[in-house]
Amino acid sequence: MVERFQEVEHLYQDKGDDHQVDKEKQMIQLQDITKVYPMGKRELIVLRRITLNIEKGELVAIMGPSGSGKTTLLNLLGCLDKPTSGSYYFEGREVSQLNGNELAAIRGQKIGFIFQTFNLLSRLTALANVELGMTYVGGVDRRRALEALAKVGLSDRVNHRPIELSGGEQQRVAIARALVKNPSLFLADEPTGQLDSRSGEEVISILTSLHAEQGITLLLVTHDANIAWHCQRIVHLKDGQVVTEESA
Amino acid sequence: MKKWGTFLSTVWLGLSTHRLRSFLTMLGIIIGVASVITLMSVGKGSTAEILSNIESMGANLITISPAMGFGAGGVRGVGGTQTLTMEDAEAISQQVSYISVVAPYSSSNLQLVVGTENTNSQVIGTTPEYMSVTNLKLASGTFFSEQQYERGAKVAVLGSDVAETLFGSVSPVGQKMRMGTIVVTVIGVVESKGTGFNSPDDAVIIPLTALQQTVALTRTAQGEKVVSSIYLTVGDETQSDYVTEQITSLLRTRHRLAASAEDDFSIRSMEEIASSLEETSGTLTLLLGAIAAISLLVGGIGVMNIMLVSVLERTREIGIRKALGAREQDIWIQFLLEATFLSFAGGIIGAIIGLGVSMIINRMGSMATLVTPDIVILAVSVAVGIGLFFGFYPAWNASRLNPIEALRSE
Repeated sequence: MVERFQEVEHLYQDKGDDHQVDKEKQMIQLQDITKVYPMGKRELIVLRRITLNIEKGELVAIMGPSGSGKTTLLNLLGCLDKPTSGSYYFEGREVSQLNGNELAAIRGQKIGFIFQTFNLLSRLTALANVELGMTYVGGVDRRRALEALAKVGLSDRVNHRPIELSGGEQQRVAIARALVKNPSLFLADEPTGQLDSRSGEEVISILTSLHAEQGITLLLVTHDANIAWHCQRIVHLKDGQVVTEESA
Repeated sequence: MKKWGTFLSTVWLGLSTHRLRSFLTMLGIIIGVASVITLMSVGKGSTAEILSNIESMGANLITISPAMGFGAGGVRGVGGTQTLTMEDAEAISQQVSYISVVAPYSSSNLQLVVGTENTNSQVIGTTPEYMSVTNLKLASGTFFSEQQYERGAKVAVLGSDVAETLFGSVSPVGQKMRMGTIVVTVIGVVESKGTGFNSPDDAVIIPLTALQQTVALTRTAQGEKVVSSIYLTVGDETQSDYVTEQITSLLRTRHRLAASAEDDFSIRSMEEIASSLEETSGTLTLLLGAIAAISLLVGGIGVMNIMLVSVLERTREIGIRKALGAREQDIWIQFLLEATFLSFAGGIIGAIIGLGVSMIINRMGSMATLVTPDIVILAVSVAVGIGLFFGFYPAWNASRLNPIEALRSE
């Protein structure tokens, strides 16, 4: 690990990167990340040389029109996919070339996903869905699952199945599922995209208060400028490139 | 351990959500295992029955019968076979050592009449030694004696089935019965041996001298009286081979066979008959098992089919699990365990049903069944093996799914 860090340091000095590199505070460092999908004979370039740093405890919104590469970027950050070229340092560790099992371990231990479509298992109760978040990382602990549900205000809904819950409640179960394993990074892909505005606000307020109270690192993809406004930093993507970064 | 507990609860969840489908999948395995066990038990049961019949006749029994090709019929051929005679039997009894008893016999099909009842039955004409040679046991009455044989007494010993057909519940001992052209007195009834090889249940045994009075025995060119077969027992079993050799050379001399000619008779010991019958019924058992195994194979293909559907249907679930940190082998084990569990449970249920069915067959029908633990263990482990084999591909398919595409699926 130490060697890796030195490597990173070295790279940064070489490139004369203008970001202040503090390896203690760095959560994510993307360098010249490119993602190309083969489309028959042609190639579709989805991400072009993206360089982006995210520090621990940051709340960042990624915005951009459809097809700008937001979801692809999120998949790469979530270790669900590998970049075609470029380097991805997660907590100082180069992860872009890890194998499937190593990526799965990072996903399990370090990353909490919150999806637009919730992605709960319909035949499981809210509690069992939250416990599923721990299944592949160290085993199920019911007490912690109940605590996580309490944090999202669903203590009285633990034995309900997704079909018996409102959209907002389902998304809160999904947040609890991510929260229960205490990940380093939360990735939310349009978390309010399928919710009415009131439930959406509830979900956003839960996420922002988790950020404020527990200092979680959260990256969220959104279309909604009102939501982005809650964030400390907004990254605008267009045609697979970072066009602007603004700090709130 | 905790991890396996999680795996098992995941498997249970997967199967219990689709109860009907899981049951139908298992049904193929259940039917396969049940039919393997039932059919094998029938095969094994009949083998055991044949062997115990033969054993009851005595392991030291030797049968001499006309060789195949020397006239029609075999061991029990009626007429036509001309090569063995009363005089052969006498010569063997006098000239070959280590022999305890010799019983020639001749059989004919005759009509038996008692009052209004009548039936056709095999009538065996033989000597008093027949009883000890074939280990006969009497349910009532006596067998005919040497004196009765010598004077050609018209007495008969009935097989149990014949006795029941003709006399019903009346005790037949002391009753008279018409047999062909003569009238005989019943002096005994043979204990039932059940169906099977050489069962005397359907036969009537009378002195050979009495049979001659209603059926003219064929005579050879030399004027000797032809018999169907000769039974004899060897006093010392270790001398069977020597006895066989002696009889062969004696009969060849008596039948005046040229050195190059083949024997016109065959000598078989019970041991030989037993081993050839055992081989035959072993082959039969195997064949029955193979037919049943095909249904087990079809059941296995059913498991694979359902697992493939299940993987397809749960693509999104697989994507979610992968996003939550499941490695390829976690997914793989989950689906492989599901398939194995289905076929194991099916195997156990099938074994119980197979045991039940073979017990019912044993109680109800005349067929004997025998379930040995090795059949059950074999059938259940083949079922589990089939689950592993046919579950492998769907499970591998599931584990290889791309998480992003899996999450995007409906």
